[in-house]
Amino acid sequence: MPLVYAGVCSHAPGIRGRADQADPVAKDALYAAMDDQRAAIAATNPDALIVIAAEHFANFFMNNMPTFAIGMADFYNGPIEDPAWLGIDKFEAPGNRSLSERLIREVMQTVDVAYAEEWLFDHGIAVPLSFLTPNFDLPVIPVNINCQGPPLTPLHRAYAFGEALRRAADSVPERIALVGTGGISHWPATPDSGKINEAWDRDFLDRWARNDRAALLDYDDAQVYADAGQGGFEIRTFITVSGAAAGSTGTVHHYEPIPIFAVGCTTASYDLG
Amino acid sequence: MSLYYVQKFLYELNRSPAVQQAYTADRHASLEGFTLSDEEIAALTEPDIGKLFHLGVNGQILMHFAAFHQIEWADYLQRMRDGIDAYGPVREGVYAMTGYEGVDAHAATLGQESRVADGAGNAGTSTNGS
Repeated sequence: MPLVYAGVCSHAPGIRGRADQADPVAKDALYAAMDDQRAAIAATNPDALIVIAAEHFANFFMNNMPTFAIGMADFYNGPIEDPAWLGIDKFEAPGNRSLSERLIREVMQTVDVAYAEEWLFDHGIAVPLSFLTPNFDLPVIPVNINCQGPPLTPLHRAYAFGEALRRAADSVPERIALVGTGGISHWPATPDSGKINEAWDRDFLDRWARNDRAALLDYDDAQVYADAGQGGFEIRTFITVSGAAAGSTGTVHHYEPIPIFAVGCTTASYDLG
Repeated sequence: MSLYYVQKFLYELNRSPAVQQAYTADRHASLEGFTLSDEEIAALTEPDIGKLFHLGVNGQILMHFAAFHQIEWADYLQRMRDGIDAYGPVREGVYAMTGYEGVDAHAATLGQESRVADGAGNAGTSTNGS
């Protein structure tokens, strides 16, 4: 079936783990936006949810760092972090090994990917799932892009990966929803945690909503680091969703910097027509 | 000096309850098998969060090590700032890409407000588009 949903959201651990320290008005607005996204996904009646994440050295390390990886298991566990620290209890999320394998085989026609038959979800996936599938009753297919350990996945490859995921999703009978998660500008887990470059974020989100491929790829890592911090490298997840929704334009439903969450908190989606 | 092995140890500690138990029982013994300098061993066993950040440990790894030691978030951020003040800029790794020379200088480089004020990140948000 054609892809039924393509969107993005934030995944910062503080969204759950430091919720009590945030401005309650800002936090409640974000939580409402995440619930709206949950409802929008549910309305498409998906059979599975692909979550494109920027994993943070929970499963993938510099001894064998994949440019792209896709999960291929019938279940996944999380969070790998201390549940009290993250504010999310231990869970088991369903997967779909058969579906993963069929998607991976199709993606591999144009993009080299690693596959993983086990995967411990860190906050990059656990936080979005805690909002989007809070009962863990929708099969999840985790996807990772190397946004952490240079040399990083090139941006144009991230876009091409999204196009490959779209072809794969369209090739299977299941109804696939797809969500990219990550930050835009942020300096997570560093002394500058809490700094957010709102103007940079809004410019990026404008490019994302227009799905302007040339503009989305017109960044280099050194400039991103200078303007948007090392967390800005996670734009790769958003750009992959753009590739999956090539030809569509999108809407930013929510954006608000919340410093204690260390990121401009975002939900957005493409109109797939 | 091996940032790779410092981070490799922390990666395994963060993932594995067995490694956590070994570290808790005997911190020095748990580091056997990793190629580490005396400085790195001291930073990992003390633990010296500021030194580890100065050495270049990625915050996505380091923040879980701090949490394992029951170091609260605001204290974790402050220890990294103190480490830069005490030991100097980050030596290598992703934060050394353009030089991580301290919060105030870093903010000035970006043309943004100075350091977050309360250690919890509740000030210092920038709307500067530079």
